[in-house]
Amino acid sequence: MKKQNFKGWLYLLPAIVFLGVFLVYPLIDVLIYSLEEGYNSASQTFFGIGLYNYAYVLQDPYFLQALQNTLILVVITVPLSTGIALLISVGLNAIRPLRNLYQTVYFLPYVTNTLAVGLVFMILFKPTAYTDGFVNLLINWFGGESVDFIDGPYWAKMFVLCFYTVWVVMPFKILILTGALASVNQTYYNAAKVDGTSRLRMFTKITLPMISPSVFYLIITGFIGAFKAYSDAVALFGTDLNAAGMNTIVGYVYDMLYGNSGGYPSYASAAAILLFAIVLTITCINLLVSRKHVHYH
Amino acid sequence: MNVTLQNLTKIYPSRDKKSGKEVVAVHDFTFEIPDGKLIGLLGPSGCGKSTTLNLLSGLQKPTGGRIFFGDEDVTDLPAENRGVGLVFQNYALYPHLTVLQNILFPLQNLKGKDKLSKEQMLEKAYDAARLVQIETLMDRKPSELSGGQQQRVAIARALVKMPRVLLLDEPLSNLDARLRLQTREELKRIQTQTGITTVFVTHDQEEAMSISDLIVVMKDGVVQQIGKPQEVYDDPANLFVAKFLGTPPINVFTGCVRDGQLYIGNAAVLDVPGAADQQVCVGIRPEGFIPDEQGALCCKLSGIEVMGRDISVVSTHDASENRTIRSIISAENKVDVTNPVIRFSLKPSKVFLFNESTHARVAFRAD
Repeated sequence: MKKQNFKGWLYLLPAIVFLGVFLVYPLIDVLIYSLEEGYNSASQTFFGIGLYNYAYVLQDPYFLQALQNTLILVVITVPLSTGIALLISVGLNAIRPLRNLYQTVYFLPYVTNTLAVGLVFMILFKPTAYTDGFVNLLINWFGGESVDFIDGPYWAKMFVLCFYTVWVVMPFKILILTGALASVNQTYYNAAKVDGTSRLRMFTKITLPMISPSVFYLIITGFIGAFKAYSDAVALFGTDLNAAGMNTIVGYVYDMLYGNSGGYPSYASAAAILLFAIVLTITCINLLVSRKHVHYH
Repeated sequence: MNVTLQNLTKIYPSRDKKSGKEVVAVHDFTFEIPDGKLIGLLGPSGCGKSTTLNLLSGLQKPTGGRIFFGDEDVTDLPAENRGVGLVFQNYALYPHLTVLQNILFPLQNLKGKDKLSKEQMLEKAYDAARLVQIETLMDRKPSELSGGQQQRVAIARALVKMPRVLLLDEPLSNLDARLRLQTREELKRIQTQTGITTVFVTHDQEEAMSISDLIVVMKDGVVQQIGKPQEVYDDPANLFVAKFLGTPPINVFTGCVRDGQLYIGNAAVLDVPGAADQQVCVGIRPEGFIPDEQGALCCKLSGIEVMGRDISVVSTHDASENRTIRSIISAENKVDVTNPVIRFSLKPSKVFLFNESTHARVAFRAD
């Protein structure tokens, strides 16, 4: 029995060491940093232990701005991208001719280089010396005033950021959902048809419950991904996100560590722990809700 | 509700574009199903019986021909408006819904003046559940039920909206042998009790014979024979039908008719007055053999199997198409197993002649 236990631990060792060094240790370390007041990384000294760092971060207008941006981004993009992906997947599943072509087209953004995607969005939204960007051309064409999407009003910038995020996460969601839809047994639909079920009811009462595990997976990963947003904002608005007012929580953490105002690992740690707490809470709520609405077979 | 099929034809276009060969799944099927009867569509796999069922349900559109429910032409009516109940081979119960929710599902689809109140729906659901005796399982999920219970739920779901026609696709094929016996009696009881015209598809001739009011034997999309099970068994239209019905299967010999006598090998085994001289296939039912010292049919005895009530005699004959001949005789007969040969005389009513090339039945007067 003892020998068996030993063997078991031996087999687990690589994973435990890896997770311990790269996941558990840093997590604990961050927690400790966040509680150490006035930590100095050069001299490795601090004044005392307490919640001062949290108090500072929660009063920092930059953090509050980042928190607001992140929450707006999450609340808008997660339902929107999942919903649109669901619509497109159902559509893809319903058509026969050119299905493969459409599937490829919808999946292209996933395999496209981020820089290329950024370039496309520049063409769409960024004003240059010669043009105000493609979207503004359209707006002008319909008789509207040009909007500066990159340096302009807050809502315009937020719109671009949300648009970009939705567009970037869509292919993966469509891929997962078309797969889930294709795996639903056609007999269920035949049975429902014979019983005179309307299309809408078929979708809500059969399709959705049947693919609910995939939808749930996408919502959870969508929430986590959106809370961790940073690189998308950088791609659109450059590295000085605080100046643009478009910073995110992860961006705030990064700035506190390495940015212009960098050199504050304690504040960065406190912000990171706050983000962790938020994501953990949301995920737990998701899990609770899913118990009732997600059906595993 | 009597159901009329008029020249019903279904042709699937060819998958392979080069050869361009179409598949005729159902060919020119004309038949009137009388009201309140249980009909068995019987045939080997690929004979078009399931396609016929799908045409009746409206899930597939016929290439030609019409379908009538009563006087109403339903050929162009989509499945959702036909008012048929369909029980699928794999039952197709919605796995995320409870038994009660599954049975309620068709009722909740009703719209307009047919819309029911919650109480009416529950009452109907419980009525259907009682009919198939699953009223104690209403809160279970399908995955928590046995195969037989799932099948009952599927039948209850098909019956709850009081369909004009009930269709069952291989209803018993997913059940074990004992449950199959029990369930087929159950099916018959439910059908008699509700009086709904019912069509079911099966490849198991025993199943079809035991509960159907009428059986339809199909082969390669063409109807071979329609009739009461016993009539079809006693009076098969061709060699295929004769071979398909009956366990153990019919024994087939090659023989010929000369001067009103049936010859198997060189022995004249039976008087067949009225049959013209020709080469024939001779089908003899296992129960058509009578052990007889003076019998004309002489077979090499391989062995016997005692089955209590009956004895199954296994023998061989050079003119036999099957490797062995199986005959069922009463256990009261004594068979000497040390004897290398066994002689039989034949019951004329259990002997069928078929033309050697067309396989059509050759009639003779059995007196």
